Amino acid sequence: MVEDGWKIGNLELTSRLLLGTARYPSTQVMLDAIAESGSELVTIALRRVALDAPAGENIYQLLKAAGRHLLPNTAGCYTAQEAILTAELGREALETSLIKLEVIADDETLLPETEELLKAADALIHRGFTVLPYTNDDPVTARKLEDLGCAAVMPLAAPIGSGLGIRNPHNLELIKSRAKVPVIVDAGVGTASDVTLVLELGCDGLLLNSAVAHAQDPVRMARAMKAAAIAGREAFLAGRMPRKFYAEASTSLAGRLSLAGKK
Amino acid sequence: MIKLRVNGETKEFPAVTDIAGLIREIAGPDPGPGIAVALNGEVVRRLDWANATLHNNDIIEIVRATQGG
Repeated sequence: MVEDGWKIGNLELTSRLLLGTARYPSTQVMLDAIAESGSELVTIALRRVALDAPAGENIYQLLKAAGRHLLPNTAGCYTAQEAILTAELGREALETSLIKLEVIADDETLLPETEELLKAADALIHRGFTVLPYTNDDPVTARKLEDLGCAAVMPLAAPIGSGLGIRNPHNLELIKSRAKVPVIVDAGVGTASDVTLVLELGCDGLLLNSAVAHAQDPVRMARAMKAAAIAGREAFLAGRMPRKFYAEASTSLAGRLSLAGKK
Repeated sequence: MIKLRVNGETKEFPAVTDIAGLIREIAGPDPGPGIAVALNGEVVRRLDWANATLHNNDIIEIVRATQGG
């Protein structure tokens, strides 16, 4: 198999999978799942330090020691102002200008608040961030985000944490066909075949979290996701056969046994 | 005695005069990496913690890296 690298901004990657670090049964399972997935870029959140409680383990040090690049997120931000400050804190805490920009509209849907998202993306790009925005699977918004200077676009496959899989492959394909920056499908993936489908469509990568963390065996699912990503990308590069509406025999009909009554 | 709003909580800090002192008070002498501070909406770089003097009613956010998706 030929090595098939890709880039987000200046960051060179081989694995097509970005992995979230939330909601694993334990820290060790998370670290094992990351290792099995082969993911080189993992997400991190920023949260207020408790004033009266001990800090616990240092997740930043654990992931750095595991040799991963870190992608801070702005999860839980409802406004551009919150997202911008969270991104600035992330850059300072994690020493990276990468940011997964998430501005959500409400708790029930966790869908993007597009006006605030565009505002925050514009501001953060001007402040020197490499912005990866979580967006609806809307080709128009994806284009606007790219035009602002985002380093990638991250359309959802289905609502965050739903595991519903690829709800609208046509929109993802359309977004990819119009984009010059990487298209990374974020949110909604449920299982390995979803990963394969996204990469077969030509998208550049996926960000997974719940599909791995909430599997009965997260480490094994991480391994499945890795295999699925390789299969999907290879199939895309191989170029699938055209679809047809009628059958076409794979065995040649020349020299077939032909009995009376049939042509 | 100084009164600050830290991570959404208003609290009095008898011995704190700057960000470095506040961090020592909250996270101990060695807070480790993966932590960041904003004073009145602006990030204060770690190098500048000792020079960032605090005043009554300052608003401070102290965050650390945690698991997220």
